[in-house]
Amino acid sequence: MSENDVLIQVNQLYKIFGDNTNEALELVKNEMGKDELLEKCNCVLGLNNINLDINKAKIQVVMGLSGSGKSTLIRHLNRLIEPTSGEILVNNQDILSLSQKELIQFRQNNMSMVFQKFALFPHKTVLQNVGYGLAVQNIPEKEWNEKAEKWINRVGLDGYETYFPGQLSGGMQQRVGLARALATDAEILLMDEAFSALDPLIRSEMQNILLDLQNELHKTIIFITHDLDEALKIGDRIAILRDGSMVQDSDPQEIIMHPADDYVSDFIKDINRARVIQAKSIMTPTKVKSSGATVKEDMVLEDILQIMSDAPTKPVTIEDSKGKVTGKIEMDNLIEGMKRPKSQGTNITG
Amino acid sequence: MDWFFNFPDMSRSDLREFKKTVDFAFTDFSRSYGAEIEGFFEPLLMFLVWFEKFFINTPWPLIIFGILVLAWIGSRSITVVIGTFLSFMLIGYFGMWEDTMSTLAIILVATFLCISIGIPMGIAMARSNKIQAIIVPVLDVMQTIPSFVYLIPVVMLLGIGKVPGLIAVCIYAIPPIVRLTNLGIRLVDKDVLEAADSFGANYWQKLFGVQMPLALPTIFAGVNQTIMMALAMVVIASMIGVKGLGLPVLRAISNQYLALGLMNGLAIVVLAIIFDRVTQKFGLRMQKYRNDGKD
Repeated sequence: MSENDVLIQVNQLYKIFGDNTNEALELVKNEMGKDELLEKCNCVLGLNNINLDINKAKIQVVMGLSGSGKSTLIRHLNRLIEPTSGEILVNNQDILSLSQKELIQFRQNNMSMVFQKFALFPHKTVLQNVGYGLAVQNIPEKEWNEKAEKWINRVGLDGYETYFPGQLSGGMQQRVGLARALATDAEILLMDEAFSALDPLIRSEMQNILLDLQNELHKTIIFITHDLDEALKIGDRIAILRDGSMVQDSDPQEIIMHPADDYVSDFIKDINRARVIQAKSIMTPTKVKSSGATVKEDMVLEDILQIMSDAPTKPVTIEDSKGKVTGKIEMDNLIEGMKRPKSQGTNITG
Repeated sequence: MDWFFNFPDMSRSDLREFKKTVDFAFTDFSRSYGAEIEGFFEPLLMFLVWFEKFFINTPWPLIIFGILVLAWIGSRSITVVIGTFLSFMLIGYFGMWEDTMSTLAIILVATFLCISIGIPMGIAMARSNKIQAIIVPVLDVMQTIPSFVYLIPVVMLLGIGKVPGLIAVCIYAIPPIVRLTNLGIRLVDKDVLEAADSFGANYWQKLFGVQMPLALPTIFAGVNQTIMMALAMVVIASMIGVKGLGLPVLRAISNQYLALGLMNGLAIVVLAIIFDRVTQKFGLRMQKYRNDGKD
């Protein structure tokens, strides 16, 4: 992925909660597991040797079950939680070396955050909430009012400026949360299970809003979720955490085609593979045009099946976004691609 | 086995010596610094005297009008305003106007003092667990020690009069405001504070922009309690020279004047109810964001 610049680098990050963390850190580095550590020194292992490069202007999803350390990880990026050991570089600047004052500056200008439980200020109006990140920078009221107004319109809440958060529905509250985070024009957006508390329809709507905004704004977004469908929908890359350790960090297609271990396999067990896997993941590379129809390489299998069902014996031609032929798919490939990988799931016999 | 049945206490003469030493030490202290301490409180005394005179000398219709306006501003409730009007008319009719004004003056000054000392103390407690660990036992002592006990040193230092009375009232009335300020700030939702942090708010921006506004209802409950306790203390403070409704009550106790005691006692109750209703309504209105933004 040479076209991407790395914006955030996380190197050998450890976080241990409890007393006596130095001693615990040594034990963890010597491969002691989470449960044993808790028993031996009453410390909780939050993050275990996390290495992660996050590309500029991309959406990096961090996934995992609850307790896997995803919220802990994201809070390290703006130092709401201090690491036990490790290095975090943003734009090649070591943010762990920032003084309290510099840290406040950094949070005001470089990163903003959207929270799972919205965390809006209940005593402030929608306008004041959205403008909060600007108001703490001592920007004149008139100026931040204008900016806040703009973002309120952008997320579709015009007319609600004087409402209090308690008067809005969950979906609307999270739009306020999103607008509040965008209003500071920070390059990096941290989203901590931002849509998990919303019902499915609203969640899907919010995901679309986010993708729309991203097409226009090209922020670097770190998106935490425990929902694989959500991760696949919006993620440019997906990192999977388990018990504080990174299990896999790759392209979404790669995760579905080649899960790193049983934990990841378990995660992807229930997805509708036909609707997620793209042509490029299962095609046979070739430069020669085949006899069937021609489709783009990011078309999902479900749609290809629709096309092939008219002429099952003719393989389809796959081309990339510039129209160059890159491969072909036959019916057998389709069937192979849609079935689950061998290592996992219940095998139906007899 | 003697020690088993009789407590091995210190001898009577030692005990007498001990008490004498403490007494003399404090007497010496008050002799050498009494004048300075009195001088320190002089401006407070002058203000108190002026304030009381202001209440007593202003024609009663103006006072009542002022009180009604304040009651309306605080409560926005016509019932409270009418109740306040009737109460003050009755108090005046039964000849307790002047005493009530004196009491009102000292209560207002005491409340103002308690708020201006108590809220910063509460904020400091909320900021640091160490400060909390120091202040909480002090507050415990202030709330449980019989008020007569701290009247003694106050009187020894400052004699009898308005200022020692005011100090006694403040010692008695300040704990709730300190405690509830601390509690209110500590109860503010951690998620919301985290959000403020994530946007780069500094300590003061968090304190005045988020914590204090969200703690206001609790802090106001503290102000309310402080006023109630100050009113309750008025009778005891009158033993050391505070004028007002407490004095006739004290006279009624020593002479068994039932009617006099009852009248003045009820006047205190009426004041308390008015203060309570007005401040409570005011506190409720300050959290209008909780009830759908309607007044």
